[in-house]
Amino acid sequence: MNAKTLFEKVWERHEVVPETADTPAVLYIDLHLVHEVTSPQAFSLLRSQGLKVRRTDRTLATMDHSTPTDPAEVFGRVPIKVESAARQVKELEKNCREFGVELLGLDSDQRGIVHVIGPELGATQPGKTIVCGDSHTATHGAFGALAFGIGTTEVGHVLATQCLLQRRPRTLAIEVSGRLAPGVTAKDLILAIIGKIGVSGGTGYVIEYRGSAIEALSMDERMTICNMSIEAGARAGMIAPDETTFAYLKGRRFAPQGDAWDKAVADWRMLKSDPGAKFDRVVQIDASTLEPMISYGTHPGMVVPITSTVPSIANDPVHAKALTYMGLHGGEKLIGKPIQVVFVGSCTNARLSDLELAAQVFKGRKVARGVRALIVPGSQQIKREAEARGLAKIFTDAGAEWRESGCSMCIGMNGDVVDNGQYAVSTSNRNFEGRQGKGSRTLLASPATAAAAAITGKVSDPRDFLAELKSVVHS
Amino acid sequence: MQPIRMIESRTAVLPFTNIDTDQIIPARFLTTTTKEGLGKQAFADWRYDASGAPKADFLLNKPEAQGCSILVAGRNFGCGSSREHAPWALLDFGFRAVISTEIADIFRNNSLKNGLLPIVVDEATHGWLLENPGANVRIDLESNSLTLPTGATATFPIEGFARYCLLNGTDELGFLLQQSEAITRYESAR
Repeated sequence: MNAKTLFEKVWERHEVVPETADTPAVLYIDLHLVHEVTSPQAFSLLRSQGLKVRRTDRTLATMDHSTPTDPAEVFGRVPIKVESAARQVKELEKNCREFGVELLGLDSDQRGIVHVIGPELGATQPGKTIVCGDSHTATHGAFGALAFGIGTTEVGHVLATQCLLQRRPRTLAIEVSGRLAPGVTAKDLILAIIGKIGVSGGTGYVIEYRGSAIEALSMDERMTICNMSIEAGARAGMIAPDETTFAYLKGRRFAPQGDAWDKAVADWRMLKSDPGAKFDRVVQIDASTLEPMISYGTHPGMVVPITSTVPSIANDPVHAKALTYMGLHGGEKLIGKPIQVVFVGSCTNARLSDLELAAQVFKGRKVARGVRALIVPGSQQIKREAEARGLAKIFTDAGAEWRESGCSMCIGMNGDVVDNGQYAVSTSNRNFEGRQGKGSRTLLASPATAAAAAITGKVSDPRDFLAELKSVVHS
Repeated sequence: MQPIRMIESRTAVLPFTNIDTDQIIPARFLTTTTKEGLGKQAFADWRYDASGAPKADFLLNKPEAQGCSILVAGRNFGCGSSREHAPWALLDFGFRAVISTEIADIFRNNSLKNGLLPIVVDEATHGWLLENPGANVRIDLESNSLTLPTGATATFPIEGFARYCLLNGTDELGFLLQQSEAITRYESAR
C-alpha cells in the first residue's frame, strides 16, 4: 500500500466522486459551521430556488463577527448599537428557524467565536471535513480535520448538497524541530513560519505541521498554529491527532460516547501520515532558535523578533507604503514604541490558556495610563471559566475591559475598533491596513507580549515578565 | 450567470503586492445581507478621504481609470478573508477580470463563481501591463489567452470545470444537485 499523508487519508475518505481531468472532486462535508456575516445571501439563494438544507444535523450556526461584546447589548437590555449588525443577527435567527438549523444565538451559554466553539463542543473531530464561510476555519485542522474557509456561494452549495466541488490541493510539510524557549509561544512560532515562507508561501497547499515542537503543543496552542495557515496563503493546516487530541475531546457535547468513543479513537489513530509519505514540499524550522515575534507592517509576513529593528529595504515602494501607513521607519527599534491599545482576543488567541498567560502578566499590576486594554474571551464557556478561576478579576483589577465573547476588535465590525492612527498590540491574526478600524496600526503578537505592552504602555519583551510566565507556555 | 467568452477593455493598474480583502472591501461594510451595491465601497479606505470625498491621487479615481473592466494588480491579489463581498464589490464597481502573477486561493474560487475572471500571467506580461496602464487588453476565455495591444499574447491557466461553467453560463450548484444520488449512496455507505 502507498504511504499516505494525513491530508490524503482524510481527502480520500470524503470523495463522493473523485476528480477527473474535466471535473473537480465532489467532496463530502461532515460539519458546516455557519455565522451571520457570510450566510444571509446563501440562505436567500436556497429560498429563491426552493431548496432545503440537506443535513441540518451536520450544520451548526452561531453569531460572532458583528455581535456586540457589551453585556447590556448582548443580553438585550439596550439595543445593539450597530444597526446593520443587529439586522444581520435577526436575519440569522430567522434563517435558522426557517431552515431548521441549530443556532447558538446571543443568549446561548454555548455561543462564541465559531472556531472556538466547534472544538469546545467536540463538534470538531479528527478525520472530518469541516467548512465555514470564514478563512480561519483552518483552526479546526489542529484536530487532524481537513478544515477550510469558503465563500458564500459555496456556503449555499454545502447547505443544499452537503458537498463541494474541489480540486485536490498540494501538500506542504512544515517540520518544526526542537522546543520553544520559555516566553516564546505558539503565536510566535506561527508568526515566524509566516515570516519565513511568506504570505503566499502556502497558496495552493494544505499544510501539515509536524515534528517534536508541534507534538509538544497543547490543543489550544495547536489551534493558534493552524488558525493562521491562511495568513501564509494555505486554505488548510493540519496536525496529526494524538493522545493530546483525544484527551481534549473526550466527554465533550458532540464527541462520541461509550463504545463509539473507543471505536472512533482507534480509527483516529490511523490518520497520521504514514512513514515515508511524500509531501509536495517540505520546510524545516528549529523552534529552539525562536524569540517572541511582532509584526511591524501591513501583512502578517512582515514580522521580526521583538528585540530587532524595523527592516530597511531600499527601492521597495510596497515596503515603504506599509511603513508610512504604520508610521515607522527602517532601522527603528520596536521595543519602547509607545502604544495606545491592547487587544487580547480572536480565534487565534482567546482560549483559556491564552487568557491565563495574559493574566500572569497582568496580575498585581496596572494597565499603563492612556492605554486601553480590551480582553475578549473566545466563547461564553471560556468567559465563565475565566471568571471562576479569578482571571477576569485580575484583568479588571488591572484596569482592563472584560467583555462578552466574539470576534470584536480583530475585525472591528461591532464597534470595538482601534482609532485612526493608534497603535494596537493585538493577539489577532491580521495587521492589514484598517483591519481593526479605519487608520488602525496593528502590531500582531502573543498574549504575553500584548499583556506586557498593556502594563508598560510600550512594545515590551514579555521575557522581562518571565518569572510570571514559568509554567503556562507548554502546559 | 451570463456566459463569458471575451473581455476587451483598457486596464486600470494598482501596482501593489498583497492587496488583501480588507482593502478591497473593509469589514465594516460586511453587515449587509445582500450582494448588491458594494461597488461604491470597493477600496473605500484608499478611495475616499475622511469627509467621504474621493481622493484625487488614488489610481482608480483618476479619469483614465473610469470605465475600465480589467484590473491589473501586484502579486498575491485577494489574500486574507473568505468574504465573497470582495468579488461582489469589484464586479459592482465594473471590473470583469483581475490580472496578477498570483491570486489568493479563496478569492480566486469566489471570483470564478461570480463571473469575475482571475487571470494569472507570467512575470514578463505582468511587467508590461504594470508599465502600461490604460492599455487595451483582450482576454479570450475560449483560447485561455490574453492579447496585448503590441500583438503579444500570453496564455493563462484556469480550472477546466470553472472555465466550462463560465463559457456556458452554467451554475455549479445545478451540477452538484445532479449528484444527489451519488451523495445519497455515499451517505448510506458510511
